Amino acid sequence: MNAALLLDWLLSALVIIGAFFTLVGSIGLAKLSDLLKRLHGPTKASTLGVGCVLIASMIYFAATGEPSAHELLISLFLFMTAPVAAHLLIKGAIRGEPELAPPDPPQSEPPAPDVKHR
Amino acid sequence: MTLLHSVLPWAIGAVALAMLLALWRLLRGPTLSDRILSLDTLYVNAIALLILVGMRFSTTLFFEAALIIAMLGFVGTVALSKYLMRGDIIE
Repeated sequence: MNAALLLDWLLSALVIIGAFFTLVGSIGLAKLSDLLKRLHGPTKASTLGVGCVLIASMIYFAATGEPSAHELLISLFLFMTAPVAAHLLIKGAIRGEPELAPPDPPQSEPPAPDVKHR
Repeated sequence: MTLLHSVLPWAIGAVALAMLLALWRLLRGPTLSDRILSLDTLYVNAIALLILVGMRFSTTLFFEAALIIAMLGFVGTVALSKYLMRGDIIE
């Protein structure tokens, strides 16, 4: 197995994984029953899906002789902004309908007595 | 790169199908938050589609477009969420 064939297989695997997770994210967005559940699907698409596709593109253009830093820029920007956008979105949604917020976790046992700090 | 070039059309088709599903949720979505979420998903899928098409045609032309979609998509989602939170975007 020579290097070009190995590169071909690696790029194909990355592209397939990326497209698969993008599709899975959107299926989750379309099929799940609740807004908080629906928010869970597209996060896979924006991290694993686009991440794999961007890595494949970076390797492909480095191998064909015109390396570029654009993919790195896109992935950095996407990975920084996706959590902020999701946080603001859910904050706005809960402000609109407070019953959307998940219930507090049950208090199973009384809080432990204070330990004296020495 | 023969295997990659036979795989890429299928990947582009899968991402296009993902965009169609997000569009369905955008048109149907019972609440405003659902629509904003599916718009955000549409931005992310459009970035993936542009990168895949750029690999298919071996051109780096689409990267600037993908970068602009990433930036404006974030600003759009934040503005719409602010509207959801405050009922106004610029106070």
